[in-house]
Amino acid sequence: MAHRVKLRHRALAVSSAGIGLTLLLTSCGNGISGQGDDKPIVGLVTKTDDNPFYVKMREGAQKKARELGVDLRTFAGKGQADNDSQVKAIENLVAAGAKGILITPADSGAIIPAIDRARKAGVMVIALDSPTEPASAVDATFATDNRLAGRMIGKWAKGRMAGQRPRIALLDLSSEQVKVDILRNQGFLEGFGIDVRDPKRIGDERDSRIVGREVTGANEEGGRDAMEKLLQKNGSINLVYTINEPAAAGAYQAIKAAGKQKDITIVSIDGGCPGVKNVASGAIGATSMQFPVKMAAEGVAAAAAHAKDGDKPSASSGHGFTNTGVSLITDTPVSGLESKKSDWGLRHCWG
Amino acid sequence: MAHDTVPQHATDPPTTRPEQRGPLARGQAALHTKPLLGPLVVLLLASLFFSVWVGSRFSDPLNISLIVQQVQIIGMVGIAQTLIVLTAGIDLSVGAITVLASVVMGKAAVDQGLPVPLALLLGVVIGGVCGGLNGVLVTRFRIPPFIATLGTLSVFSALTLFYSRSETIRAQDVPPLLSWPGRSIDVLGTDVTYSSLLMIGCFAAVAYLLRGTAWGAHLHAVGDNREGARLSGIRTGRVLLSVYVVAGLICGLAAWFLIGRIGSVSPQAGENLNLQSITAVVIGGTSLFGGRGHVLGTLLGSLIVGVFSSGLALSGVDALWQVFTVGVLVIVAVAADQWIRKVAA
Repeated sequence: MAHRVKLRHRALAVSSAGIGLTLLLTSCGNGISGQGDDKPIVGLVTKTDDNPFYVKMREGAQKKARELGVDLRTFAGKGQADNDSQVKAIENLVAAGAKGILITPADSGAIIPAIDRARKAGVMVIALDSPTEPASAVDATFATDNRLAGRMIGKWAKGRMAGQRPRIALLDLSSEQVKVDILRNQGFLEGFGIDVRDPKRIGDERDSRIVGREVTGANEEGGRDAMEKLLQKNGSINLVYTINEPAAAGAYQAIKAAGKQKDITIVSIDGGCPGVKNVASGAIGATSMQFPVKMAAEGVAAAAAHAKDGDKPSASSGHGFTNTGVSLITDTPVSGLESKKSDWGLRHCWG
Repeated sequence: MAHDTVPQHATDPPTTRPEQRGPLARGQAALHTKPLLGPLVVLLLASLFFSVWVGSRFSDPLNISLIVQQVQIIGMVGIAQTLIVLTAGIDLSVGAITVLASVVMGKAAVDQGLPVPLALLLGVVIGGVCGGLNGVLVTRFRIPPFIATLGTLSVFSALTLFYSRSETIRAQDVPPLLSWPGRSIDVLGTDVTYSSLLMIGCFAAVAYLLRGTAWGAHLHAVGDNREGARLSGIRTGRVLLSVYVVAGLICGLAAWFLIGRIGSVSPQAGENLNLQSITAVVIGGTSLFGGRGHVLGTLLGSLIVGVFSSGLALSGVDALWQVFTVGVLVIVAVAADQWIRKVAA
């Protein structure tokens, strides 16, 4: 999920695209509402439209919408900081008479007033992928348990490193303490058996097994830069946690350039097809796979059911949200840990 | 050397001779006539500071070559940006052009089975075409560069996503020629990548174009005073258009370097290149108001950012301080530019 999170540097790009997009979307919303009155309108609002995760999510939602006879309207913001576009998308959907809105909140707190207004207007709102804060602000949440995803690769890494003294490098998303970044990083450390001190903060750990931490922006270039800096700082690193698979791919480039690919194990999270192929080739040791298509399809089904008879989905117990599942993908299984091989991963990957 | 970068008719000589002033004024005059002096001093001081603070891990030849590798994409895109800024413009689409060109190279070679050299050429040409489009918007339609490239930024980004279907081509599938710039040779025990060498070559070539050719003199003249340049017989529209095309071609080459550096072909890559390139240009001492500056300053500017980023990372400082420092550097650089300009006033 994290490589869809954009840094604020793109704000300049965003403002231009945002204006054009909003004009376009507004006109679409008004134009189309006359047609298809028989079908209930459901909106899908993603963080960006330039990321395979959301592309797959949209495709999954569209497929389900066709199946169920739902008029699906998709909107996208331009990254993590772009709460504004998402607020406008919600307003436009409410104005268009939507029955349900599925949203992957860019800012889990700032989006709440817009969601409140939509729900007061009788629209059911479901959070996909990222929970809102508080989670009770929406009718339901379908998401990956990111902390669990982190714990799974943490446990795998612990089993894999048995007998060696671990020297861990952490490649995170950003310095901004973003929620998904925290959940994955802290989950990994917990799974590995490291005291995370404040579980809501990255980087406050005092464990000598952690030898370095850098931020990557969750993309290849950032992953490479960060890994190079960490290797420069400490050449004995033998385990690398990465926020997502693009960052892992970049880190692998740096490790390969240093000739250390045999000595360093990389773990990651996402389940994108390029990432799973990297598991198959051995560049990534293990990854936790999430299921965006399932999130979107379940969300659309719930919205369609709500439009039909007013039903609302109930959260799976103990999570506060409906867990759409996460699978550990590796070709070197660790005993006592359930995992799938990369060929299974290739059949179920996204992007 | 720096005198050559300023066309004779573009700058008035200082009214007072330097030796009649105090040391501060002499320094100011020196910085005015030698635009590379400021960034060079900053780079040396920063390197010295981190060598002392961080120790041998910073001044290690391997780390130096690493810093060069890390700034090479910004450096390349920075060359393109410098050309535009010298004409008193700004190009917000350089990053988008670079990513589009890299996706074209990757898709054409990997998915469409085009011979790799042809795919490579196609990517560079697409870069030139995109630059040309910017040039036409600026010269023919008289759209201010900021607005024109703000528009094409979105257009090129959207095309990239349509064309790539937002999918990344992973490193293992990329043909060797496309990732060739990332390979390295051993020079005195350090890894030097081909792209680092090529980047330095590009800087030298563009520095020569700017200094040693009529095109370079015309470019400076247009940037310093477009109306004056037109009255002195320069075909300003044609010069401007050619600058945008050259900038686009350089972005196309940068795309190749980008693939070499990150291994894969990602439509998400290089999203911060626009602002980073402007940062390198500004810290490198090129005036955002056009006409004054040096392309080699941009090389120094990107190295300054690289040195700070590496030095702060190696000393274990939080990544936010790197962002903070770069911001301060930009402000100091522009303030210095304003101060230096006063010498001519």
